[in-house]
Amino acid sequence: MKRHLVSTADLARDDALLILDTAEELAQLSGRAVKKLPTLRGRTVVNLFFEDSTRTKTSFEVAEKRLSADVINFSAKGSSVSKGESLKDTALTLQAMGADAVVIRHHASGAPARLAQSEWLHGSVINAGDGTHEHPTQALLDAFTMRRHLNPGPGRDLAGRRVTIVGDVLHSRVARSNVHLLTTLGAEVTFVAPPTLLPIGIENWPCQVSYDLDAVLPKTDALMMLRVQRERMNAAFFPTEREYSRRYGMDGIRMAQLPEHAIVMHPGPMVRGMEITAEVADSPRCTVVEQVANGVSIRMAVLYLLLGGATLADSPRTDSSETAQ
Amino acid sequence: MTSYLIRNAQILGGAPKDIHIADGVVREIGEGLTVEADVDIDAHGLIALPGLVDLHTHLREPGREDAETVLTGTQAAAKGGYTAVHAMANTFPVADTAGVVEQVWRLGQESGYCDVQPVGAVTVGLEGKKLAELGAMHDSAAGVRVFSDDGKCVDDAVIMRRALEYVKAFDGVVAQHAQEPRLTEGAQMNEGQVSGELGLGGWPAVAEESIIARDVLLAAHVGSRLHVCHVSTAGSVEIIRWAKAKGWNVTAEVTPHHLLLTDELVRSYDPVYKVNPPLRTAADVEALRAALADGTIDAVATDHAPHPAEDKDCEWAVAAMGMVGLETALSVVQQTMVDTGLLNWEAVADRMSYRPARIGRLTGQGRPISVGEPANLVLFDPAYRGAVDPESFATRSRNTPYRGLDLPGRVHATFLRGRATVLAGELADRDGLA
Repeated sequence: MKRHLVSTADLARDDALLILDTAEELAQLSGRAVKKLPTLRGRTVVNLFFEDSTRTKTSFEVAEKRLSADVINFSAKGSSVSKGESLKDTALTLQAMGADAVVIRHHASGAPARLAQSEWLHGSVINAGDGTHEHPTQALLDAFTMRRHLNPGPGRDLAGRRVTIVGDVLHSRVARSNVHLLTTLGAEVTFVAPPTLLPIGIENWPCQVSYDLDAVLPKTDALMMLRVQRERMNAAFFPTEREYSRRYGMDGIRMAQLPEHAIVMHPGPMVRGMEITAEVADSPRCTVVEQVANGVSIRMAVLYLLLGGATLADSPRTDSSETAQ
Repeated sequence: MTSYLIRNAQILGGAPKDIHIADGVVREIGEGLTVEADVDIDAHGLIALPGLVDLHTHLREPGREDAETVLTGTQAAAKGGYTAVHAMANTFPVADTAGVVEQVWRLGQESGYCDVQPVGAVTVGLEGKKLAELGAMHDSAAGVRVFSDDGKCVDDAVIMRRALEYVKAFDGVVAQHAQEPRLTEGAQMNEGQVSGELGLGGWPAVAEESIIARDVLLAAHVGSRLHVCHVSTAGSVEIIRWAKAKGWNVTAEVTPHHLLLTDELVRSYDPVYKVNPPLRTAADVEALRAALADGTIDAVATDHAPHPAEDKDCEWAVAAMGMVGLETALSVVQQTMVDTGLLNWEAVADRMSYRPARIGRLTGQGRPISVGEPANLVLFDPAYRGAVDPESFATRSRNTPYRGLDLPGRVHATFLRGRATVLAGELADRDGLA
């Protein structure tokens, strides 16, 4: 494993499977009365959030606390520039405070990459979402959720599984992280969106592209709906909310076109009535809540592997037994 | 005034000759000259070129003296082999009045390292709404003939048309920064494969090309002179080639960085590669080189854009756009155009001295190296190869994309009207230039 997690493109197949398998073992912890491991005792993890994010920040914080890390929430809401302090000075401050890892969420694409490459900071950098670039732990928890449903078991990948991702791919860091990771794990990815919401050059990405959701649904094992912000229609990406919903929204009729075993996913927060109706969001095949729970396990695994310097040999089971003593 | 005898210099890459410089002019050229001179220079292996002329320099003074001053900028120019630079108008305050252009012009006179020809803004405050007093800037001591809102596009078609027409009265030229503003809202880099992957806002080629297409048609319609700044795409080249074939009065420039670098470098998210117009693709680089070789693009212009460290030591989105370029331009041109066989040194003199001086209507600059001409020339060592060291730069800023890169060639000496501004690679003492 590398020292940082900035992009899922940096994860080899073995790295990705190691994270998923480790998360699977750590997930067993959540069923226990005492949910804590001593693994990161004495290690300092900073959550550096330049952008509002209740769910991702909470998820990381739970993961860090379950691993007994010292958790510092460094709130840097608003842009670093409007706040007056530069990213560099913030990083130097965290370094001086002895941060072993920095979990960063930033509105600027590439900010975590800058931190990871700079000399400003020596700890691990974990990307918790940067602009419209990547959100690697989201993709990992998505893959984890898919594997549980479609090919469960340690060491297994997503070979041949058909994943359809629908919505605002252009502005989605979730889509970018997923296309790399899912391809690495052997899945076949299809993006469905109006042409205005697909990036230029997507024909060279390792995926299929379709403008026709209905045609793709019967050939889907996992369907992922992306959030579509209402304000996009003001920039002429699509004419109206209703037209978007009609052409690319998921409702009960469309859900019936999915194969029996297919799951419906959403990274949250959902815009009900826009990309997804209540009937779909609340149906048993929708994994939104499950994804949230899996997010904690995945983030524990990432922190554990990056900070523990662990290899497969010293697996978390050792730690679990220590806790038991 | 010190006189010089330059021995065995290859003028425009030709056979070695001696050049005698005295009283600001070239006195004599020949083989084995025996004249007495105050200083003898052994120029064996060095190329002699006419002093370079830059159509596009940001000297930042007044207003951003933390990035550059006229003095440090002209020192950088001298070290790069330049004897004249055009100072862009996007200063604080904007060079949109006779007062500001005269101030910049006077600072250039005081510097002594390089002639400074101020560029005047086309519109008040570069806002694209109201014509600046173009005539007053022309009639001032600065004698402005090149007008540009560089950094911003004169996007209003009527304002552009009027500016083109108006400057005909004093043989002026409008140098357009071609960037359709609506198509480039939030633009961070070239729109293409890389921007899609990196999730950075795209600056599409069509935003440049559509403005150039409109402007060449406008220039033809009103019979004016148009100059296109920093052409960066293959499509722009096609439009300019077409306009020239029509016989229209259109000229264009390309920067050294657009001749060498591509948007693949942005994958590092290092803002040292952030520039406007953005770095494009390898296919664009190839088209730009070909266009400079065949003369479709008239000139190499540096777009030297100094920025203080803090404006680049940050995340990509908030970083300033621009690169310093005066001190590396000739080396990049050697690497991309000469060593590739696309241009010989004679043509380099044409693209970096003669033609830019003609576009700017400079007198006494961009002249051939011949007897009786003003002694503006540069001695360049094309055999040198070494890593670029920004700490050795004279510019106040360090935002070069070439840090640590091996580039060929270095300036040995620069003469401005017979005075050595650079000798043996070192800047002359300012006192000696007075």
